[in-house]
Amino acid sequence: MSILVLADLHEGQLAGATAHVVAAAQAIGGDIDVLVAGEGVQAAAEAAAKLDGVSKVRVADNAVYAHQLAEPMGALLVELADGYTHVLASASTTGKNVLPRLAALKDVSQLSDVIAVDSADTFKRPIYAGNAIATVKSDDALKVITVRSTGFDAVGTSGSATIEAVDTVVENSQSSFVKEELAQSDRPELGGAKVVISGGRGMGNGENFKLLDGIADKLGAAIGASRAAVDAGFVPNDMQVGQTGKIVAPDLYIAVGISGAIQHLAGMKDSKVIVAINKDDEAPIFQVADYGLVGDLFEILPELESKL
Amino acid sequence: MKVLVAVKRVIDYNVKIRVKADHSDVDLTNVKMAMNPFCEIAVEEAVRLKEKGVATEVIAVSVGPKAAQEQLRTALALGADRAIHIETDERAESLAVAKLLAKVVEEEQPGLVVLGKQAIDTDNNQTGQMLAALTGLPQGTFASEVAVDGDKVNVTREIDGGLQTIALTLPAIVTTDLRLNEPRYAKLPDIMKAKKKPLDVKTPADYGVEVASKVSLLKVESPAERKGGVKVASVDELIDKLKNEAKVL
Repeated sequence: MSILVLADLHEGQLAGATAHVVAAAQAIGGDIDVLVAGEGVQAAAEAAAKLDGVSKVRVADNAVYAHQLAEPMGALLVELADGYTHVLASASTTGKNVLPRLAALKDVSQLSDVIAVDSADTFKRPIYAGNAIATVKSDDALKVITVRSTGFDAVGTSGSATIEAVDTVVENSQSSFVKEELAQSDRPELGGAKVVISGGRGMGNGENFKLLDGIADKLGAAIGASRAAVDAGFVPNDMQVGQTGKIVAPDLYIAVGISGAIQHLAGMKDSKVIVAINKDDEAPIFQVADYGLVGDLFEILPELESKL
Repeated sequence: MKVLVAVKRVIDYNVKIRVKADHSDVDLTNVKMAMNPFCEIAVEEAVRLKEKGVATEVIAVSVGPKAAQEQLRTALALGADRAIHIETDERAESLAVAKLLAKVVEEEQPGLVVLGKQAIDTDNNQTGQMLAALTGLPQGTFASEVAVDGDKVNVTREIDGGLQTIALTLPAIVTTDLRLNEPRYAKLPDIMKAKKKPLDVKTPADYGVEVASKVSLLKVESPAERKGGVKVASVDELIDKLKNEAKVL
């Protein structure tokens, strides 16, 4: 078995999700190479070389791979995939964007959002918004897989893999980068945070989301939101937790003013401990919450902040 | 230019699904079906492009059992001009659907193909990307804004850290995110008119595409149930429980 992991980058740096994907690769077993592709990615390559279990880091550093646009990334992966039995990437927006292109160009299926490895060809993945878990077996010669990072614990960083340059440069005249608007935040990244506090429609407006700030600061938590809160324009959509947003599985998830629709539960029900704060004691969120507090969030949140 | 829009018939998003007792799959007998929500957004975007004068014709296409014609009629009622149904009772995976759609693209030569970013049943998020790869066209996935400008289209994409805008040469493939638009409802007169719009029925064999895949579904299970928790009476009790019982603070 020989596995290629596509490294996930965030603003040119190695994203935390990569260490989880390497863990999934270890569960499959075999030689693990990591591909770091982008522009100005030497630091990311060095970080990838430290991940436990990685034997080689391959670096494609070229302007054509900047922002990891799908067309050049797909073409690069097709060039490099020969000789590997598995190609893995995290189920981030980049992995989801790029990997199906590789699969189609190699005429194989892709397995998306894998949460467990049964064997080198058999995997578990959630379907129907996480309301069922499918066990699937792939007989394709090349297995193309995106990994749900919350399904695997990150590997350590005591490795020392070799780093080698990849000279392959592909052409891309079809797509170009125009601009990026990234949400700025000092808080931990939503996908990897140990504690997440999320607000829903019950927050009433965007201004009230500030009630979560103090608590998030005290707990070192990331702030999330339900789709209702995003659609109502309270907060930007990259804060959305759910089937169509981010999937999180923190140690502690605090849902404030969130009813608990199927779509939202799909994104957080694997959290270790769930706390629900809601004034409606019939809200479905209480059926999954370990600790529920029925009451007015506008009274509870300031009290909680002062007592933490 | 022509706009091609792909729609899928799936279980209604409000339905609480049941896993079959023999764990072979999810039970879909007598369950309410509907158009996949992301596909509705794709249809709406295509119809808006027509209303703006960018698109000259909107063609809806679906791969699936005979009943998928209901969803194509819905697309026609929402403003699509004609429909193509590729009928198969087999479980068509993303790759097979993408291959079939690639044949339709070859035949119809649309300027833009719009798909949903994922179907809410399989949650794959693959078909649009695979279609782009097979047709050799550029892709704008998870779109929250689509602006056609001459021979280019600017697509604003929802990415993990925020938003990214890319420019693609036309023809191109776009997949829709939820915030792209708010789909309209079909009015009764439009539903009546839709019954008279053309709907071609084809089979995968007509296109020479093999639907079977090398991925087999071994088992479908319900996820581990979370144990019902407790309600606490006060903030103090909550903090105490989190510190001493759950030990997460």
